[in-house]
Amino acid sequence: MTTTHAPAATREALGPTLIRLQNAGHDIVVVDADLGKSTTSRAFKDAFPDRFFTFGIAEQNMISAAGGFATLGFTVFATTFAVFAEHAFDQLRMSVAQPRLNVKVVASHGGVSTGEDGASAQSIEDLAIFSSLPTFNVVVPADVVEAEAVIEAAANTPGPWYIRTGRPKIPVVYSDGPRFQLGKADVLREGSDVTLIACGLMVDRSLRAAEVLDRAGISARVLNMASIRPLDIDALEVAARETGALVVAEEHLSYTGLGGMAAQALATRRPVPMEFVGVPERYGESATWSEALEIMGLTSDAIVEAAQRAVARKA
Amino acid sequence: MVTDAAVDLEALTARVRRHIVRMVYTAKSGHIGGSMSSAEILAVLYGRIMKHDPANPAWPERDRFIMSKGHATPVQYATLAEFGYFPVHELDTFRQKGTRLQGHSVLGKPGGVENSAGALGMGLSFGLGIRLGMRLRGQDSHVYVLMGDGEQQEGQVWEAAMAAAHHEVDRFVAIIDRNRVQNDDFVDNTMRGMPLDEKYRAFGWEVRSGIDGHDLAQVEEALAWARDVRGKPAMVIFETTKGKGVSFMEDNPAFHGAPPTDEQYEQAMRELGA
Repeated sequence: MTTTHAPAATREALGPTLIRLQNAGHDIVVVDADLGKSTTSRAFKDAFPDRFFTFGIAEQNMISAAGGFATLGFTVFATTFAVFAEHAFDQLRMSVAQPRLNVKVVASHGGVSTGEDGASAQSIEDLAIFSSLPTFNVVVPADVVEAEAVIEAAANTPGPWYIRTGRPKIPVVYSDGPRFQLGKADVLREGSDVTLIACGLMVDRSLRAAEVLDRAGISARVLNMASIRPLDIDALEVAARETGALVVAEEHLSYTGLGGMAAQALATRRPVPMEFVGVPERYGESATWSEALEIMGLTSDAIVEAAQRAVARKA
Repeated sequence: MVTDAAVDLEALTARVRRHIVRMVYTAKSGHIGGSMSSAEILAVLYGRIMKHDPANPAWPERDRFIMSKGHATPVQYATLAEFGYFPVHELDTFRQKGTRLQGHSVLGKPGGVENSAGALGMGLSFGLGIRLGMRLRGQDSHVYVLMGDGEQQEGQVWEAAMAAAHHEVDRFVAIIDRNRVQNDDFVDNTMRGMPLDEKYRAFGWEVRSGIDGHDLAQVEEALAWARDVRGKPAMVIFETTKGKGVSFMEDNPAFHGAPPTDEQYEQAMRELGA
């Protein structure tokens, strides 16, 4: 297990974890579309060159071919950037999702924190796209430690997965080791006035927001909702019942992302005041990764304000 | 089983054509034209070329047939049934509620259907993944991918054509059923893609073209050649007639995806020797 405490990018987990799993007896092939250095999958090529297949800059071909490999019993990891995974939607739908094949799409450079390349490279819709494929599991790890656990869980769980990793080095949340379980939220901090629900790099920002709220007399629970699909609806309901107000924070459009899905789930179970911290209905622009998050209002300050609004709305 | 030289493919394709028309007439929907044009190609593959076992569709050593033109399920199901993958009477359930015989191909429904299809352009890629995986496993089984000529308009086909040549896959055979008609119109009126043979050759494939896709001997000779190509992917382009076997359906874009009327059904079955 990774035990580093230094900030690290979630994408850094991919190559080393794949090598470890293959050495441990998994039957992995990696398909790549000329971004193996950036996604870190290229380390697997160095270790297992016959199990690494490049398809060039041709994501559609890569994804359908991944489905073909999977029919032979391989665990197939398909890697590219999040925005380019979106390029192969129809292939994901018919060559992977409908036949429910064992393909794991691990897409790095998710979210606006991709930064300087600007709008074209910033995926603000990938979670919606993959969540629209009903046989896919969709996961956004909170740090590099959890990313490693998620990749291992994917290799051990048959069927299609989408795992979003990120480009920037972010703080490690799970310095004591990962606790990831598919379909389960993880309570990172107890609280009674409001629950902050987050995925990806917004988990660390929610923990920071909870500290600020605590000093202001608001007790905030923090849930890491790395598993977007399946969504832990029971945990949402418990949070709604016990804290009475929710904030959902994500590096994605809220209305089609974790926020929208959580709100839909709670609408039939236990509606409570909810606030959303997500990408507003616009595209991003070139900036450093942290500036890009600020431009979109994806900060711990924004989470604090949203929590205060949610608490104020409680009856 | 494998190739069974005892099967009379001429009689078999005649029955397959009657199944095709009856299935689409009964379902009141489905694709007759592009099924009729592929009848001899599938008959020769299953009867003379491919290593397969209808009693064990999951046999790991089998050759794979990938139906990329996944709307032409009537010819696929009729051929599988004729070779014993499932009872012929099940063909009557085509496209109806609860059936295994879905409108477009669905992997595993029934056993013997090796891919999901219906959106065009993906079969060559899917088959390429299978063949690369077989090679990694050290298996010398073959992959045969059937595409349409209209389907060549999909960009993904050319991504796969490039990758197959780059990876130097062999025992990988692509087949084009060149019936010259697509959904709305003739292919040449829609998007002139010719010449296909030179394009594939330029991508690094071994290609044979200009072959009569309704002449069983020519089809067998060409597919046997393609099966034995080594070091490169192989392509066979068959000249075919959409709606082959029924006078008023032949070369008629109206019968790409429409069912026959009662009167047309009667006439078609008479022409097909029912």
